[in-house]
Amino acid sequence: MSFILMGKKLGMTRVYSDKGVSLPVTVIQVDGNVVTQLRTKDKDGYTAVQIGYGAIEARNSTIPLIGHDFKAGSDPKRHHREFRVDDKALAEYTLGQALDVSKFDKVAYVDVIGVSKGKGFAGVMKRHHFKGLFASHGTERKHRSPGSIGGLCSNRGFGGGLKKGKRMAGHMGDERCTTRSIDVVRIDKERNLILVKGPVPGATNAMVQIRPAVRLYKTKGKKQAEVAKS
Amino acid sequence: MNPILAEINKAALKSDIPAFGPGDIINVHFRIVEGDKERTQVFQGIVISRKGAGINEMATIRKVVDEVGVERCFPVNSPLVAKYDLVRRCDNRRAKLYYLRDREGKSRRLRDRRRGMKNTSVIPTAAKA
Repeated sequence: MSFILMGKKLGMTRVYSDKGVSLPVTVIQVDGNVVTQLRTKDKDGYTAVQIGYGAIEARNSTIPLIGHDFKAGSDPKRHHREFRVDDKALAEYTLGQALDVSKFDKVAYVDVIGVSKGKGFAGVMKRHHFKGLFASHGTERKHRSPGSIGGLCSNRGFGGGLKKGKRMAGHMGDERCTTRSIDVVRIDKERNLILVKGPVPGATNAMVQIRPAVRLYKTKGKKQAEVAKS
Repeated sequence: MNPILAEINKAALKSDIPAFGPGDIINVHFRIVEGDKERTQVFQGIVISRKGAGINEMATIRKVVDEVGVERCFPVNSPLVAKYDLVRRCDNRRAKLYYLRDREGKSRRLRDRRRGMKNTSVIPTAAKA
């Protein structure tokens, strides 16, 4: 069941549900996914499917990679990803097979993985949602500062310095980020689109990965089971 | 905007909306679903603002009930709006008629617009805005 496809985030808009409720949706175009390699137990020690996605000019790729994609009968691909499957599921895939959005037919919830927008060097209020210091009461020039960062606290319980992982100002964003268990609102097979509810990480036109939701809590799990049956 | 996104938005737009703008008095037939039943509620009032564009367009309708102002915002292209009836058109010079909120009594009224609408007299219910 588990698989990952890659797609392009086209942007956000709103659609109306059958009941007339306005839903914020992100439109993701899932096309051009090709199986570029099948990992087998004999050869690789594990079973998995490798997919390629996204066009790239041959001169921007490398000869080994072009050859690799060519073996699958595919044009050079920009991105390659693997997902683990068991032996039985591996038999459903063939080399060079094109995967499209219809894979999500019986999926009610998905996880979307992307690279969040870079925010540059951000202070603690923005980066870690600290509350900052007082606006007045004698506070000067440090309204957005983290305050005391403690001290004399090693990871072993004594010694000088700071505890590792102390939240401070620093680079924010531009990191892999997953939105979990978001609703699939609509699937458009003609244009290979999937509309998911709410925002997903990354800028418009960025590559995102979509997979059926891995962890679902009770009510969502029930609904997923119903959808899978239908 | 991405052309595919624009297509999706365009498909959701309604084609049967009468041209109405600020100053017009309209009936909004709003579908209300209660369980299995569905009924239509009519909200009559004066359009004081239309803002946003395309699928995001909202219209604010104001009416005065028992000297209490009531405003509702409708997504213009919402499928829950069954229909818009244009009742009367009024003369005004601005795009947003927020100043009507501060008006009381007779000064709340807007002058009828004679032009642009044929057979004004045919439409039976002239709204008391």
